[in-house]
Amino acid sequence: MARALPSPMDVDALLADRDTGIIVCCGSGGVGKTTTAAALGVRAAEMGRHVVVLTIDPARRLAQSLGLTELDNTPRPVVGVGEEAGGSLDAMMLDMKRTFDEVVLAHSTPEKAAQILANPFYTAVSSSFAGTQEYMAMEKLGQLRAEAERDGTWDLVVVDTPPSRSALDFLDAPKRLGSFLDGRFIRLLMAPAKAGGKAYLKVFSFGANLAASTLSRVLGGQFLQDVQTFVAALDTMFGGFRERADVTYALLKEPSTAFVVVAAPERDALREATYFVERLEAEGMPLAGVVVNRMQVLAAPGLSGSRAEAAAEQLDDRLDEGPGPGLTASLLRLHADLAEVATRHEARVARFVTSHPGVRVSTVPAGATDIHDLDGLRTVAAALAG
Amino acid sequence: MATPPLDDAFDGVRLHVVTGKGGVGKTTVASALGLALARQGQRVLLVEVEGRQGISQTFGVPPLGTDEVRLVQDPSGGELWGLSVDAKAALLEYLQTFYKLGRAGGALEKMGVIDFATTIAPGVRDVLLTGKVYEAVGRTDGSRRGQGAHVWDAVVLDAPPTGRVARFLGVNEQVADLARVGPIHAQAESITRMLRDRISRVHVVTLLEEMPVQESADAVAELVAAGFPVGAVVVNQVREPVLAGPGLAALTGEDAEERVRADLALVGVRNGARTVGGLVAEGRDLAARLALETELSDEVAALGHPVLRLPSLPGGTEDGGVSVLADELAEQGVR
Repeated sequence: MARALPSPMDVDALLADRDTGIIVCCGSGGVGKTTTAAALGVRAAEMGRHVVVLTIDPARRLAQSLGLTELDNTPRPVVGVGEEAGGSLDAMMLDMKRTFDEVVLAHSTPEKAAQILANPFYTAVSSSFAGTQEYMAMEKLGQLRAEAERDGTWDLVVVDTPPSRSALDFLDAPKRLGSFLDGRFIRLLMAPAKAGGKAYLKVFSFGANLAASTLSRVLGGQFLQDVQTFVAALDTMFGGFRERADVTYALLKEPSTAFVVVAAPERDALREATYFVERLEAEGMPLAGVVVNRMQVLAAPGLSGSRAEAAAEQLDDRLDEGPGPGLTASLLRLHADLAEVATRHEARVARFVTSHPGVRVSTVPAGATDIHDLDGLRTVAAALAG
Repeated sequence: MATPPLDDAFDGVRLHVVTGKGGVGKTTVASALGLALARQGQRVLLVEVEGRQGISQTFGVPPLGTDEVRLVQDPSGGELWGLSVDAKAALLEYLQTFYKLGRAGGALEKMGVIDFATTIAPGVRDVLLTGKVYEAVGRTDGSRRGQGAHVWDAVVLDAPPTGRVARFLGVNEQVADLARVGPIHAQAESITRMLRDRISRVHVVTLLEEMPVQESADAVAELVAAGFPVGAVVVNQVREPVLAGPGLAALTGEDAEERVRADLALVGVRNGARTVGGLVAEGRDLAARLALETELSDEVAALGHPVLRLPSLPGGTEDGGVSVLADELAEQGVR
C-alpha cells in the first residue's frame, strides 16, 4: 500500500528565524507537550537564541533537569545550555493562584486588593475557575512577552499549555472570560453594588427579578452576597483583564507566533490534533506543524514482521529438543511485535497526513525510557529537527 | 510485594470512580469495569462527564445524549447502560425537579445564568455533574428516594484525570462552604457524604511509565488526604515480555550478536550487521524498559492498594478489546 509520507517541519529554520518570537505547544494530555516545549527551548538556546520556556505541569524529574526545584512563578536560568552559542535558556513553572494574585495586586489599590484576596469567592475562583489555568497561562505569556520586549531579556518565548480536557480550552479561555464580563447576569450581579442597596430590583424586568430571587433561593443569600462583593471588587480591574486577554489573543495571530500541535500516534490524541489544526486555521493562527511523539521505530527495519515470525518458528523447529525458545527466536518474535506496532503507528500518521494535506508533520521515536535530563531533551530536539 | 486483597476495593461498592492521567486508557478501563460487572448479572450505569463521547466510541454506538442508553444486554440478565452527563441539561433538570421553575427556567437561560453557572461559576459545573451521579446511585424504584430497590446495582464514573479528580470530588465541600445555607448546601453535603462512604471507591488507572506512576502516587495521596476512599490501582497496557530472565541475561553476553548471526544464517534470514545489531538493540531496549517497569511495579505495589493488571491489546481497543479486558477483570476477581 502506498503511504502518504509526512513532509516534516523545518524545526531548525523555525528556531533560527529571529522573527519567531513565540512558540505555543498544544495538544491533549499525556502526549509529551512539556517535553516538546523543553526540547525546543534547549535547541533554540543552543542555536544562540535567548529563550524562556513556560511550563505548566512538568514531570518532577523533567522539572529537576531544568533546574526547576520550586514552583515560584519566576524564570530561572538553566545552567549548561546555550552558553557556547551565545544563547541562554530560562525556565519557569506556572503558579496559577500566584499569577492571579499578582494581577489583582498590580491593578487595584492596596485596600481593594486586600479585600479581593480575602473574599471566599475569590479563593474559589482563583483555584478552580473553569479555565483559570488557561487564562493565567495566557496572562503569563503576555507578561513574558512584554518583559522580553521591554528589557530584551529574551527573544523567544516557548509555552506549554495546560493539561486541559480539550486542547481547545487554551484558546477559548479568554473568550469565556469575555462572555462572563459582557453577560447580562454579571451586570445584574454588579448592579446592587453600583446602585447601592436593593433598589436595583425595581428597575429590572420581571424575569431578572425572578432570576435573582431564584438564585438567592437556590444558592443561599450569603453566597450571592459574596459573589456580589467579589464581582464589585473585581469590577475595576476586569476591564484591564479583558484588554490584555484581547492583546494576547491578537498576539497569537501574528506571524511571529508559531503553534506546534503535539500528538501521539493514538486515535484520541490525533483526533484532538485534528480539532486544533482546524481551529487554528479557522482563527487564522499560524500553525508551524504537528509533532507526533512516541512513534515506534525499528532498529532492524529491513526485516519484516512476518518474515521474523516465520524465522522464529523455523528456529523453534530446529531447537525442538532444546531448553525452551532460544535467544534469537525470542528476538525475532519481539521484532515481529514491534513491527506490528510500528505499522499501526505509521498507518495512523499516514491517515492524518492524507486528511491534512499541506500540514507539516514531524515524528519523534519512542525512547525505551522517559526523558529526564538535558541530553534526553537534546536527543528529542535532534529527532524533531530531522 | 504483597498488596491488600481485591475485596477491599470492590466488596459492597456501588459507585466506582475511575481516574488516571490523560492517555492511560481511563475510559477504556471504566468501560471494561462496567462490562465486567454487567456480565455478572448486575444492572450497571456507565457515566461520562467530560462530553468526550468516549463511551460511544468504545462501544461503537451513536453519541450519547442526556438519556440513559442501553449499551449491552448480557445473557446473565445483567445490563450495561451509558450516559453522558451535560452540565447545562443537568442544571435545568435539577431546577425543574426541585423548584418547578417553569417560566423562570427560561428567564434564567435568557439572562445567561445557565451559561454562567455551567461554564464560569467555580465548581457549579462539577457540583451538577457529581449531583447527577449522586442521583443515579441513590435512585430507587419506589415512589420516594430511599424506598424500594436500587435501580442501579453499580454506577461506574469515567471521572476527570488525576490532576483534577480530587478537586472534582471535593467541589461539593467547597460549595457547601460558599453556600452556607439553602438546598444547594444540603445537596452538596449529601454528595460529599456519599463520596466518602464505603459504597464509593476511586480507582486509579496507570501505565508502567514514570509520569503516570508519579501522578497516580500523587493522586492517591491527595485523595486519601481529602478523605475519599481509594479502591484499586489498575495497571493498564501490561505487555507480556517475549524475552525474560535467561534470555535477557544472554543479551548482555559479548557473543550475543555472533549467536544471533549464526541462528539467522541457519534459517536463511538476512544477517548483515544492521539486522543483527538491530535485533540485539531492540532486545536491549526491551531489557531497559523491563527493568524500569519492575521498579515502577514496586512503586505501584507500595501505594498499599490492591493492584489489577490489564494486558496490552495488540490491536488496540477497537474490535472488542473492551470485552477482553472485562473478562480479564472478572478473572482477577472483580465483582
